[in-house]
This record gives sequence, structure tokens and C-alpha cells, in this order.
Amino acid sequence: MATVPLDQGLLLAAILFTLGLVGVLARRNLLFILMSLEVMLNAAGVAFIVAGARWAAPGGQVMFILVLTLAATEVSVGLALILLMHRRIPTLDADAGDQLKG
Amino acid sequence: MNSTFEISAIVAVLATVMTITRASAVHALLYLTVSLLAVALVFFVLGAPFAAALEVIIYAGAIMVLFVFVIMMLNIGDMAADLERAWLTPSMWIGPSFLAVLLAIELGVVVTAGGYGHRAGSVVDARAVGVALVGPYMLAVELASFLLLAGLVAAFHLGRSITRAD
Repeated sequence: MATVPLDQGLLLAAILFTLGLVGVLARRNLLFILMSLEVMLNAAGVAFIVAGARWAAPGGQVMFILVLTLAATEVSVGLALILLMHRRIPTLDADAGDQLKG
Repeated sequence: MNSTFEISAIVAVLATVMTITRASAVHALLYLTVSLLAVALVFFVLGAPFAAALEVIIYAGAIMVLFVFVIMMLNIGDMAADLERAWLTPSMWIGPSFLAVLLAIELGVVVTAGGYGHRAGSVVDARAVGVALVGPYMLAVELASFLLLAGLVAAFHLGRSITRAD
């Protein structure tokens, strides 16, 4: 297996993270905001794996598993909330949340 | 230079760009799956086969299936894509893109100026990860189980109120 410089891997993580950030900031649809959040969490996982590979330490993959757990929990609760909100207000607009009452 | 790493990194970035710019949720989801599979290939090249397998099984498998189920339940039609196109005016992208490009340049300068050298060139297999999980990271595993339990309770509670509302 050929070697990969650490800075190239971290650069990939940084680009993926900022792309996810653009998605969270620019989109109005709640589904797309959740997808962009997944991209950002995945970029954090890439940074952990790259650093773990640099020093051949298992700690990077352990932290990736914890990030994966966080992402799975976040997306299941987030999607349940989207479904619940969609029953009350039939739109996916993130700005429509201010119409919720009590 | 490792062409496998570079090609899959470029595929991941392009697929992510397509994900955040699509109007249709299903198309964005398919591009996101491609991006996650490319990242799994990056993990494999970096000598983390266990993380690559988890990326395919959990991210590209389980989490994407959750999104597909929710898109099916929301019953999004062609009207939603038109509405999305109306929301996505080009001027919407200027502010966030400017700020994010600034952040990307800053991050890029920081990570490329370090001179951290090359990776060690050995594979960290699933056995080493498992030993570390139940050894020094035991407390983190317990915290992750708390988090999963909290997520389970929350999803059950929210799902129950969805069925009761019908």
C-alpha cells in the first residue's frame, strides 16, 4: 500500500466539512439540512481516520465509531422530529417552525 | 502519490457538491451515497479496513435507508422539487459560500503548513480496534451506549405521538 501524506487527507476532511457547512447555511429544506449535517459529521470522521492512520494507532478508528454512533442517533431523532412536524404543518421549510404552538 | 486516494477523494468532493445543490431529495440522497462509498475507499487506502466496512454498512446502508423511508413517508411529489428550485435562487448561495470558502482556505493553510509527514504504512485491523475499544476507551463505549439509549427512547416517544395523531 502506497503512503498518503497526512495533509492531503486532512485537506479532504476540511473540504468535505465546508461543503456540509454551505449546505446547512444555504438550504431551507429540513431534509437537506440533515443530509448536510451528515456530511459534516462524516468529514470529522475522515479527520480522525487520517490522524489514526498517520500514527498507526487504533484510537482514530475508535473515535470514528463514536462519531458514527452520534450520527446514527442524531439522524434517527431528527427524522422523527421532521415527520412529527410534517403532520402539523405540511411543509419541509425550516422557517415554518415558528408556526408551532404549545 | 497515491492515485486511488486522489481519485476517490475527488469523487467524494464532486458527489458532495452535487448533494448540496440538487432540487430533488432522492437525487441528493443517491449522490450522498456515492460520496460515502468514495470515503469508504479512502479509509481502505489509509489502512483502516474496519472503518471502511462500518462506513459502507452503517452510513451508506442504515442511515441512507432511514432517509429513504422518511422520503417515502413524506410523499414528496414533483411540486416539492419546483418549490425547492424557487427557494434556491443563486443569491442564496453567495453569503454562505463566501464564508465557507474563507474557512476552507484557512483550514487548508493550517493543515498543509504543518509538515506532518507520511502515514506509517501499516494496517490497523479490526482486532486492534476491538482491543482498544474494551481497553482504554471503555468509558467512551459506555457513554455511547447512554447516547444510543437516549436516542432509542426519544425515537420511540416521537414515533408513538405520530401514530396517536392519526
